[in-house]
Parts: sequence; C-alpha cells; structure tokens
Amino acid sequence: MTRFLGAILMLIGVQVHAETMRMAVTTSFHNSGLSDVLLPAIEADTGLEVQLLVVGTGQAIRLGEAGDVDAILVHSKSAEEAFVKGGYGTHRREIMYNDFVLIGPSTDAAKVQEATDAATALRLIHDTQSPFVSRGDDSGTHKKELSLWALTSLDPAQFGDWYNAVGAGMGASLNTAAGLNAYIMADRASWLNFGNKQDLRLLFAGDPVLFNQYAYIPVNPERHAHVNAQATAQLEDWLTSPAASALINGYTIAGEALFTFNATP
Amino acid sequence: MNDIWAGIEAAFRLIITLDSDLVEITLRSLQVSLSALVIASLIALPFGTWLAIRRFRYRRLTIATLNALMGLPPVVVGLIVYLLLSRSGPFGVLGLLFTPTAMIIAQVIIITPLIASITHQAMRELWAEYHDLLISLNTSKSQRILTLIRDGRRTLLTAALAGFGRAIGEVGAIMIVGGNIDHATRVLTTAIALETGKGDFALALGLGFVLIALALLVNFAIHALSRTEREGRW
Repeated sequence: MTRFLGAILMLIGVQVHAETMRMAVTTSFHNSGLSDVLLPAIEADTGLEVQLLVVGTGQAIRLGEAGDVDAILVHSKSAEEAFVKGGYGTHRREIMYNDFVLIGPSTDAAKVQEATDAATALRLIHDTQSPFVSRGDDSGTHKKELSLWALTSLDPAQFGDWYNAVGAGMGASLNTAAGLNAYIMADRASWLNFGNKQDLRLLFAGDPVLFNQYAYIPVNPERHAHVNAQATAQLEDWLTSPAASALINGYTIAGEALFTFNATP
Repeated sequence: MNDIWAGIEAAFRLIITLDSDLVEITLRSLQVSLSALVIASLIALPFGTWLAIRRFRYRRLTIATLNALMGLPPVVVGLIVYLLLSRSGPFGVLGLLFTPTAMIIAQVIIITPLIASITHQAMRELWAEYHDLLISLNTSKSQRILTLIRDGRRTLLTAALAGFGRAIGEVGAIMIVGGNIDHATRVLTTAIALETGKGDFALALGLGFVLIALALLVNFAIHALSRTEREGRW
C-alpha cells in the first residue's frame, strides 16, 4: 500500500506555468484547425501561452461575463455588442471572416443547389420537409441560422419532425447530419476540415447574408481584476499584425482558403 | 468495421511511436483519476465502514441517500463545481477553475458515494461475523473500524477499483470544470470527445483503446502490488 501511495504522489507533481492567458473560442474556430497553426506561432513570437476553451459562442460569452477567461474570440455581432455594452468587455476588434454554407445529401431532394439566395434555399428545405439538423445550442452558427429562418418568415418552433435541434457543437452536429443524411448549415472552415462527410455535399454558398465575421474581445479588467490585461493587449497586437494576416490568409485545406484576414491596424 | 480497424491501427501507431501528446494526456488522466481515487478512498472507506457498525437515528436515510448518490449525473456535478469555482462564484478567488485540481474535486464528488456504498455493503456482512468477537474484546470504535478495513481489504480493493473505473472513464464533469485545454487539462476522455467532434473517428477510437488498455493495466498493477489471488491467500 505504501508503494502504491508513493507512486501516486510522484504522479501528482507540481504544475509549472509560463506567461499564460485563457481565451474562449468557438468550436468552428478550433474545428477548422486554424488554432493549431496560430497558437504555436503566437507562443514563438510573443512567448505567450494561450489556453483555448473550445465552446459555443453562447457559453464563451458566459465565461467572459463570469471572468473565467481573459478574452473571447467569437462570431455573433449582436451578442458581442451586448457583451461590450454591458461592460464585460473593453472593446470589440474584428479579426477575420469566412462564410456559412449549406450542406446536404448529394441527391439534394429539396433542390437547394438551384436556389438563388439563402432564404429561398431554406424555404425549399421547409417545403419538402427534408431532414434538417440545427445546432440548437445558442452558438454563433445557431443564431445565424435563426436569423435566416426569420428572413423566410417561418418559425422553427412550429416545425415538425424533420427539424432536428441537436444542441451540440459544430462537429457533433455534422456527425448527426451525416448519420441522418440531412441538410445542415455550417461554417466553411469546419466543413472542409470535417473527416466524416459520408454522402454530404456542399450545396449552397455565396449569398452575402452568409458572411461570418470573427471578433476578439478582451474581458474588462475593471470588472475582473485578475484578468491578464497585459497579455490580452499583447495578443490583440499579434492577431492584428501582418504575421497573423499571412498565417490566416495562407491557411488552406485541399487548396481552399478558409479565412480572410480583415483587421484594421 | 473499417472504422474499427482504423481505430486499432491508430492505437498501435500512437503507442509504438510513443506519441508525445498521447503520453502527456495519458499521464494527466492517471494523475487526475488516481488523485481523486486516493482522496475519495480516504473519505469513503472509513465512512462506509463506520456506517456498517454504527447504529444511529437517520442511518437508513443516510444509506438510502448514499446509494442514490451512486448514480449522481456527472454533468450536474460538473456544473455545480463550475459555479462554485467560477470567478463569480464563492470560491472564485482561489483561481482553481480549468486546472487539474478542479477536475480532481469533481471526480472525488462523483466517486466517493460509489466507494462508500460498496464498502458499506461489504462491511455489513463482515461486521455480522466479527460483531461478537470485537464487542467481547472491548475494542474502541476506531479499533473496530481499522480491524474491519484490514480484514476486508480484498472487497475494499474492489470498491476502490470500481471508483477508479468511473473516474477514468468520466467525461461530462471534467469537460466543464477542466475545459479540455490543450497541454493543461486535456485528458483521454475529453480528447476522445474532441476528435469525435472533428469526425476523426480513427484517432478517437485509437485513444479509446489506449484508455481501455490503461484501465486494465492499472487494475493488474494494483492486484500485483497488493498480492491478491496468490496461492494460499485470496
């Protein structure tokens, strides 16, 4: 028994920390694989170890409000503006964008491919009662989807069995859609980096309403004194620098660029 | 079937190349779950035994509650521990959220009732055998508890291993309080959830096989160290 205890005590050990900060990011940012490119570069250039909490935009904002993270990087403009207005964040800084796309079965029973705009495409899915998977988790992607349904003046709360709100992250929702062979709205980056596509295809993209802006918001140190304000400022400088621009614009999967840098210096 | 084969392949590749990330998250899984096991055992083994020998007014209620708590939903434990440790919560000043310590706290809460309950069941029977002897020797309460723990150590080992099994395979609570941060709080189960989310089933399954192998290894190691199932003594 003493040998056993000794072995455990050795395992517990002491944690060593460099200069670290915590940032809550959306699942789409992380599932795209971009964070695996940016984080090592950030550490090499600034010596800053950024710890990522990969959650939906809704939860990211909650973590920021509670002061459990030093900064957030999310994509839901109205929620972000409310966050800053409420005094939880110091300011909102736009970093980059990509776009949302409509994914669906290759047979395309709803004829989404022939739609001229996103609202029409969704209406076609509704009219044919084709299975559709919704994030349903109050994330940025979910909020965008709801705003598109609002354009069609249809109410998702009234939808029948074909509308599946799964309440999960982007990857898990795509897995569900692949299993059900259903339509789903996803951000382009997560879709391209997704490994379990099965019979799903990209069916519709390009409508300006599908624009997806990512923004960086440091948590307000006046509200939460323990926030590492120096680190968040350092990270903001890096995220808006030419080095970040080159890495973000240069990140491709299968020859396709995923994000476009649009921070103003 | 192809996905399962790819998973087995991925597991072998990870283990043979001693992938540094794999080693790191495996050691962290062990660190968190074994720490939780030791702390939970220190609470649950004496408590379960005490419950078996002591008669008091709300004993039935306590035992029923303990048995019900065995099925404590990890997600709820995670959420409560999160709210307590959050910067806006009562223990926020400690800055424990999103650290391995927070994960250990959550796991202790999850497995303590399980270990205590199994301990109590086993000790109740042992106590029925030892009752007259220990009473006639005029032993003190703590002597009785120690004697029972000593002589019932085989069953207590089973109780502890059940607790370890629940801890090492748990994902709901540690995802919330640990945050699955790379190089800080990522463990095997949260890594599996992450890779599944990316649709990389081969890697997720590979990690799953590593987790199963790890659980087997720990069980064998504990049995070997405590010399059970040997000739003449089991």
